Amino acid sequence: MPTRLRIPVGPRYEGFASAPTGRRSVLLAAASLGLSFALPALPARAARRRGVERPRSLLVVWLAGGPSQLETFDPHPGAAAGGPTQDISTAVPGVRIAADYPRLAEVLDRFALVRSLVSKEGDHERGQYAVKTGYRPDPTAIHPALGAIAAHELPATGLELPRFIALGEAEFPSRGGYLGNELDPYRVFAPGQKGQNLEPHVQADRQARRLGALDSLTRSFETGRGEAVRRTFHEHTLREALTLMTSEQLAAFDLDGESEAVKGLYGDSDFGRGCLVARRLIEAGVRSVEITLPGFDTHARNFAGHTSQARLLDPALAALVGDLEDRDLLESTVVLVMGEFGRTPSINPLDGRDHWPHGFSCLLGGAGIAAGQVIGSTDPEGVAKQPTDPVEIPDLSATVLAALGIDFAREVATLVGRPMKLSAGTPLAKLLRGEA
Amino acid sequence: MPLPRFGRFTLPRPTLPAVALVVLSLLVGAAASDPLAVRRRAQPPSPGTVRSSGGTLPTAATVAAIDRLLAERRSVAGVEAAAVADNLTILRRLWLALAGTIPSLEEIRSFEADGAPGAVDRALATLLADRRSAEALARRLASPLVGDEKGEFIVFRRDRFTTWLADQIAANRPWDQTVREMVSARGLWTDTPAVNFITQAAANGVIDADKLAGRVSRVFLGARLDCAQCHDHPFAAWKQGEFEGLAASFAQAKLSPVGVEDDPARVHRIDRTSVAALATAMTGAGRNVPPRVPFGAEWLGSGGTHRENLAAWVIHTDNRRFDRAIANRMWSILFGKAWHEPVDDIPDPGPTSSPDDLLDLLADDFREHGRDLRRLIGVIAATEAFRFASTHPDLESAEGAARVKAAWGAFPLTRLTPEQMIGAMAATTSLQTIERDSHVLTRTIRFFRETDFLREYGQVVDSQGGSLPATIPQALVQMNGKLAREMVEANVVTATGRIAGMAHDDVARLEVAFLVALTRRPASEERELLLPLLTLAETKGRGLEDVMWTLFNCPEFSWNH
Repeated sequence: MPTRLRIPVGPRYEGFASAPTGRRSVLLAAASLGLSFALPALPARAARRRGVERPRSLLVVWLAGGPSQLETFDPHPGAAAGGPTQDISTAVPGVRIAADYPRLAEVLDRFALVRSLVSKEGDHERGQYAVKTGYRPDPTAIHPALGAIAAHELPATGLELPRFIALGEAEFPSRGGYLGNELDPYRVFAPGQKGQNLEPHVQADRQARRLGALDSLTRSFETGRGEAVRRTFHEHTLREALTLMTSEQLAAFDLDGESEAVKGLYGDSDFGRGCLVARRLIEAGVRSVEITLPGFDTHARNFAGHTSQARLLDPALAALVGDLEDRDLLESTVVLVMGEFGRTPSINPLDGRDHWPHGFSCLLGGAGIAAGQVIGSTDPEGVAKQPTDPVEIPDLSATVLAALGIDFAREVATLVGRPMKLSAGTPLAKLLRGEA
Repeated sequence: MPLPRFGRFTLPRPTLPAVALVVLSLLVGAAASDPLAVRRRAQPPSPGTVRSSGGTLPTAATVAAIDRLLAERRSVAGVEAAAVADNLTILRRLWLALAGTIPSLEEIRSFEADGAPGAVDRALATLLADRRSAEALARRLASPLVGDEKGEFIVFRRDRFTTWLADQIAANRPWDQTVREMVSARGLWTDTPAVNFITQAAANGVIDADKLAGRVSRVFLGARLDCAQCHDHPFAAWKQGEFEGLAASFAQAKLSPVGVEDDPARVHRIDRTSVAALATAMTGAGRNVPPRVPFGAEWLGSGGTHRENLAAWVIHTDNRRFDRAIANRMWSILFGKAWHEPVDDIPDPGPTSSPDDLLDLLADDFREHGRDLRRLIGVIAATEAFRFASTHPDLESAEGAARVKAAWGAFPLTRLTPEQMIGAMAATTSLQTIERDSHVLTRTIRFFRETDFLREYGQVVDSQGGSLPATIPQALVQMNGKLAREMVEANVVTATGRIAGMAHDDVARLEVAFLVALTRRPASEERELLLPLLTLAETKGRGLEDVMWTLFNCPEFSWNH
């Protein structure tokens, strides 16, 4: 490492003395200690552990814009709400999904399918917040996304990569919220390439001179401000960034080692590459990965729009699940596939469907999930607004956290000292293996 | 097919570098042949109220009272006062707070040319009279006023609101009048921009009265009354019923084709599907709630719409919370840290105004002088505490640092907001001040660069309670990002290139680089340590790139001090 920056030790984790209650400093200290920088080198076996022995990870496939349940996982062909969408049988006897998803149909038994999600939010920004965090938007606090909670709560020994990585373009990025900015995801906008901003602009000799000078200036700024400067964690963060820049684990972002056959299975698209990178990141021990597929906001030409989305989603998602399973990683990875809401049973004059936060669908599979079942149903005629067996968003968030083995009801102190539960919901026993 | 996105521009990116080159070349042209020369700018007349030096000026008594209060606080804590910061450091603080950027080399030269006593006060007056400060303040205030969410584009226009707010600040309109308009405005979000304060709370097509009540209480009263939305406030006296009554004042407001209107027939109804009822079983189903205020009912207006009556109550001269809230907010903008954190949940005022309560001192002065925001800023900026150095002998130990911090014995270190960060980087690149009026294209470029930068840098939310450490992606953007590279690169249009080409020797180059990036000259040890970057490099340009990169990435650049 061409740097003379010093490694921060003990006292700097004491946090910010300004905290009126002390909770903030405790939280910051805890969060900082969890950062990879402070940990010993990667024990070789940690990332290689497989099956249920492996620490769990969360993989969120985010279908941005509000995917139509009727054109994906809850089709009603021939009924008033159905539109022209046809359906096909799946690996789960008696369960049919949209005909645009033939490959997913083959592996649907790896998932539980919830067809009765209900949310209170029908606006994209508010809807994604509600679904990603399990809480409705609240002006006094920013709640962490499930991905941030997973990254915060699950062990990541030896990991040099960021613990929470978001792939693809997300209009409303997930946030670390009150868990801290360091739980914001590391965002990779063009999956398949190494993450952005990881290469220094200059050759090693100049970089070394720059870092040496930076060390001098940091020392000089510390003069007369010692503790105040140490509490900025400036140098600590910089050092972590430098560690990441040279980490061998960055190879997880690189698809050169994958065969053409494997790449072909996922599909030649940013989303397909993203799913393949997601698998590699999970394999490398990243605790939380989110991959976004935008383009589901079909207020016009809903059916054509959803068919083209399916061409991206169907192969990639089926390949991802198969790949995780083949590598014995599915048992330790919770996979959640959903968007901010569904779309109306009625079809508007533009041949589109509008926002519909009542009775929309998600797939939930992998670690701890009782797969191969369907929960809830919607009215094929589109008359009844409420689905049967409605599942509230907070309960879904509690279920995901419970499947990850996280104490979902644990209270965490926010930065201003207000305690918040990680989830305000109750897990659905029938979705959890061994709980039904 | 997805609907077109309105919220995001999609101009062709590849043309940007070309445009940038043209514009920056124009800038160079305008900068005359020697960019390092001293140039005097025309000084706008200073508003007398913000000057502070000398005992006879209007703000002096309040400033002295605050200085006395803080001196007592230090004395009780056994903390010595920090030394006075040098003028350039104070200038940098003022620019960061009031212009959202750091002073350009041009401004520094002009400031230094005014060697007379009171130069800082004159610089402050000039800055406050400048449209840029109105805009920067409007952006800072917009965050608490209308939130950081994108909102519903159909009915909410953040840019209109922010421009309107900047107009009010630039005209030095009394703060209470501005607030009255926000709370009670009617009409379309496009042609009555104040109404965006209301429409920002539109969710799923209806105006969320609870959200507005929460916002009014936090921003204008400095009380998180919305905690009482679901339960009684954990430590203050607020009751759930009081919150509901406040929200009821917004129940008449509705969206219509002619904009926001007040419909006298509408009532505030609490039912099972409301936010409050969702979170708790305590609320009874199906109740109509009339407008009600938690205190000072006699201040309510009468005869107007519920919102107009509420606005009269909010800004009533006996409502000391109103003045204390903006005083705490302005303190936080100037110091980077509120007097009371969190900035929007401050202790209740005592029964009468007290000379031992800093917010009372500021609030009384503010109220007695026409609720003049510029004056408020002037008072805070004239205090000793604002002009203290950020160095202090006690900062070497954790225990000492805690004492200094609690007693405001030294100027606090706080991290630049993303906007300040990009403003500072832009200022460092151009040598001259990037202004609204003369460089529209530069501003356009800045917009795109900002958008790109913020996408990678992420948002740092003011309301979350002060300065947080940077994140790894932020450190990476600063070290290796595209913007950083463009700004550091030595070429004919960047400061790096021009300093490399024009300064007469390496010592002068280093000095100018420090002034440009850190608003100070290098200390002699720093000069010795950094000169090798220039002397060892293959070219002056490369060497200076290394220096500028180092300055961009050091804590002094990204932490206000």
